Parts: sequence; C-alpha cells; structure tokens
Amino acid sequence: MPPETTTDAVPASPVDEVAGADDVTTAPTLGGLTHAGAAADGAPAPTVFDVTDLSVLYSGFRAVRGVKLDVAKNDITAFIGPSGCGKTTVLRCFNRMNDLIDGAKVEGSLKFHGVDLYAKDVNPVEVRRRIGMVFQKPNPFPKSIFENVAYGPKLAGIRKKAELDEIVEQALRGSALWDEVKDRLGKSALGLSGGQQQRLCIARAIAVRPEVILMDEPCSALDPVATLRIEQLMQELKDEYTIIIVTHNMQQAARVSDRTAFFSVDVDATSGDRTGELVEYDRTEKIFSQPSDSRTEDYVTGRFG
Amino acid sequence: MTVVDLPTNGPAPASAEMASALASSKGAGPDKAFRGLAVAAGVTVLVILALITYSTTSSAWPAFTKYGAGYFFSTDWRPNQQHFGILGFAWGTAVISFIGVLLAVPTSIGIALFATEVAPRRLRRSITTVMDLLAAVPSVVFGLVGVLVLRVPLGKLFRSIGDSVHGVPVLRDVLGQGSSGTSLLTAGIVLAIMITPIITSVSREVFNTVPRNDKEGALALGATRSEMITGVVIPHSLGGLTGAVMLGLGRAMGETIAVTLLIGASSSPRITANILGPSDAMPAAIARNLSEASGDFRAALIGLGVTLFVITMVINVGSRRLVAVVDRRMKGAA
Repeated sequence: MPPETTTDAVPASPVDEVAGADDVTTAPTLGGLTHAGAAADGAPAPTVFDVTDLSVLYSGFRAVRGVKLDVAKNDITAFIGPSGCGKTTVLRCFNRMNDLIDGAKVEGSLKFHGVDLYAKDVNPVEVRRRIGMVFQKPNPFPKSIFENVAYGPKLAGIRKKAELDEIVEQALRGSALWDEVKDRLGKSALGLSGGQQQRLCIARAIAVRPEVILMDEPCSALDPVATLRIEQLMQELKDEYTIIIVTHNMQQAARVSDRTAFFSVDVDATSGDRTGELVEYDRTEKIFSQPSDSRTEDYVTGRFG
Repeated sequence: MTVVDLPTNGPAPASAEMASALASSKGAGPDKAFRGLAVAAGVTVLVILALITYSTTSSAWPAFTKYGAGYFFSTDWRPNQQHFGILGFAWGTAVISFIGVLLAVPTSIGIALFATEVAPRRLRRSITTVMDLLAAVPSVVFGLVGVLVLRVPLGKLFRSIGDSVHGVPVLRDVLGQGSSGTSLLTAGIVLAIMITPIITSVSREVFNTVPRNDKEGALALGATRSEMITGVVIPHSLGGLTGAVMLGLGRAMGETIAVTLLIGASSSPRITANILGPSDAMPAAIARNLSEASGDFRAALIGLGVTLFVITMVINVGSRRLVAVVDRRMKGAA
C-alpha cells in the first residue's frame, strides 16, 4: 500500500493539495544534515514535516516552546526527554489531537508537505486520516478483532465485504498479527494480550493507509518480549511509513530511530513555571555518541533524569 | 489482650512474641461495631420492604380474593355498584408513561451528549446546574404549570385537531375526541418534562465514563465527532442508558400529583387509543379517592397501589437483566 493511494481514495478534501505539492525537493534544513536513506539514491529524502517555533499553551500557560525540527520521509524520529518536557504534547500537535483539550493553543508553524496543519481551512479529520496514531495504552474498541481493523476503512466509506476482508488481512499481516488471530477474527479484541492489542492498534492505524504513524510511548505498558516485537515491526513499517515515536526508554530510541529529538524542562527561576523545550535534534547516532549540548549529554549518559 | 509493639530495630523477636504480636486485637472493637451497624442497616431495608409488602397486600387482599382475575383484567370500575376492574387505570398509566418516555429519552440523550461532547466547558457546567435545578422542582409545580400554561391552549389545539380528523379512519379514533386540555397526552407531555432532568443527569454520568482512550482512538482514525459519538460513545453507554430510561420510566409510572391535575379524571377509564381524551392513572386514582373510600372500595384502591408496586418491581428487575445483557454484548465481541 503506497501512501499515494491514501490521497486517491479520498479525493475531495481541503488538504488535497498536499499530494500535489512540489515538496519532494525540499531538503532537510536543520543543521544541514542529510537523511541516512538519502545517500543511497543521491537525492535528499523529501521532508514530511517542517516545524518552526512551535509552542503549545494550555489556558495561556506555555507548556512547550521553541520546537524547530523537520522530519524526513520513511524515517523513524524519536522524541526523548524527562517527564513533563512536553514530548507527548508536541507529538499530539502532529495530528491535531491537542484540539480536543479545552484551552490548548498551538503557536508557530507545523507544515505537512508544505501545508500548515493549523491553517484555518484545514480539517482535522482529514489530517488524522493521513497521520495515524498509536497510543500509550493499547486501546482496542470493545468489538471484534475484525471490526477494530475495519473501523477506519468503514469511516472512509468502504462497505464491500470482500474489500474490507482484504484490507483487514493486509493490515494484520502488516502488524505481524495475522498468524495469531486469523482463526478468531470474530472474537473480542479485548481477549488479546497487551502486546497483541498494541499490534492490533497498529493494524487499525495502518488499515486507513496513513502516510505517517505517530506513536506515543507504544511499549510502556508492554513486557520486554512484546516490546521487542513492536520494535521489529517498526523497522518493517518504516519502508512504507514515516514514524514519530515518543519514548521514555533511551535504549529504545537508540535501537529504532534514525533521528532523535531531546526535550528538556526549563524551570523559570522567578515564577517556577516549568516549560518544555527542544534542546537538540540530530541523527540518533550523534545524539547518543557526541551530543552538542551538555544537557543532552547529561541525559543520555544517565547523569540526569 | 495486650498490644505488643513490634521492635523496629534490634534483634528479631522470639516466635512466641511474634505470634502474640500478630494476634493483636488492635482495631477489632471498632471493626466489629462498624460491621454490626452495616449489617443492621442492610437488614432494616429488607424489613421495611417486607412490612410495606405485608401491610399493603393484607389491606388489598379482600379485593384480590373477592374479584379474582376480574379485578386485574376488567375495565369495569363502578365503585357504587361494587364493580372494581383496574385495567383502565393500568392502561392510563401505561400510555402516559410511554408518551413521557418517548418524548423525554431523545431530548435527554441529546442534552446529555451536548453537555458532555459538544458544548464548551463553561456552558457544560451551566447546563448541568440548570438540569439539576429542574430535577429539584417539586412535581406539584410541574402539575400547576401544566394546568396554568398548557391546559387551555392544548384544549383549543385538541378541538381543532378533532375537527380536522373528523371522519378520517384511525386518526379519528386516536385524535378525535379531545374536548378539554386535560388528557393522556397532556399528562404524558408534563411527565416527559418531569423525567427529562433525571434521564439527562444519569445519561451524562454514563457518557462521562466512556474512556478518553476509546474516543481518541476513533478520532485518530479520522472519525468526525458524530462518528465518534455513534461508534464509540453510544455503544459503550447502552447499558447505562437503559438504566437511565428505566429510572425515568419508574418515576413516570409512580407520579401522582401532576398526573392527577392533568389526566382529566375519567370516572371509569377505558382502554382507548384516544390520547386526547381524559383518562385516569393508578396512583392518581388512589390519591383522589382514598380518603372517602371504605370497605371493598378501599381495598380495591390499595390493590391498585400493590399492583403498581409489583409492576415497577418487575420492570426494575427486568431492566437490570437487560442492562447486564446489553453490557456484555457491547463490551464483548459485537
């Protein structure tokens, strides 16, 4: 399922220019770094997200500020940092999930293929069809395994049983769950183990054929074996999807990601307000071996956090 | 029965010492007293229920034994001739409760969804406050509002409806005979207003229990708000909503004073489809007549109360079962 089919399937949409935009030539700008996969074909990988001066405010209080990064296609980008540094808050800006929180306000610019996701005429529903999300706690619906995966495609208007069957099987194969559940697709999803539930949620996300998958600490509720499976899965998924993952686990970031963004908390000396900020964003290898900022070094070497 | 303090530091106590320390009766007294109180409260409820059942049933017994099945299944209610058939009253109660629930449920669920999923936070709080205030209005006030505000205009409306359906089959029978503004429909409308706050309040609580995780899961897949509500919020809430509706139904069936003022007090209610005509309901008939009744008439009136009590109990137990079944189905494989 190439990402292009997503836009073909839903033709009349406000962000449709996204597909046609001549974004592919936009090179990653931050620090002049080129994407790892780019070297192979000699051209820089297209930029999917271009974030500048992003801030999130909750009822006037600035929770995160100064986020500037770009995300290259088919990369896995990890957000790491101590609790309260705003990494999840930033992640939830990418599919406009913060819209649901009363009093939340996003400042700065967050461009998806050159289109500002917070522009007035952008419909968050269309954004979320293209940018999927997997949550911290596995959250399958209290329905059958089949119905869970078919939910998104049905929303997109697919009704034919044969077509749904095909999509469900593909999605479950894509999330390495098919062999375990193919004989009980009609059974409740709540009967699956935590790791299986999380892979079901990944299947559910890829069933709508998004271009990007956001993962918010997807393994924090899982045991090490289930975690390893999800990590392997991410490596397989990156051929087709661009992935952004928030993780508490530095080893996980080091294992799976191409680029890492380190967030930290800045405590205002006078007011005591805690504001998250992006400290450093670079190739994962560099972040973990020779970070430019001493705060990053303290964190990745375990001296802090 | 001495309380031995465990040494926090130092050598471990000998096993005998440990045994007596662990066997300490500390807290046993208050625990026992609390347990006694709780059991007593539980038993009291059962005793009160038994006493209610006994006292009412024994007073109504003569009517049950003397008139037998005819008491329950006849509509012939002529106290002066010693004819006591309560089916007409049961019909009246059923029709007004049905109208009340039919009008109140969509309204209540709409208000509750608005208050939980749609309205901005500040408005949510005021809606909740207003609905809770409405729930606290005494039912006689609703009855008075019905008498003062609804009765005259509804009477006019009913008469004009009656004129326009004159000669039309079916419609003539349902809407043809409204003369005054007091009728099954009037009582049903006011009941709907009265039970809306309670159904709204319970539905709102139910909607608030829908996990945020589930809702976000749907939205993250590109569901619109209404798709999220129909796909996640409603299925998750069906059991609780059933309970809310049953609670409203129970209130509607037992409502006395407002219904007495608005139902028209037909002296011998029949089973009729004419919702614009007067009728009577079980609790209203008791309230209106009991003070002047004696002998079999009195027993027959009390029997109305017992019958209503049994019907509401059956509905209550039935709805609990229904809630359990619905919940299992919605939360398991669908």
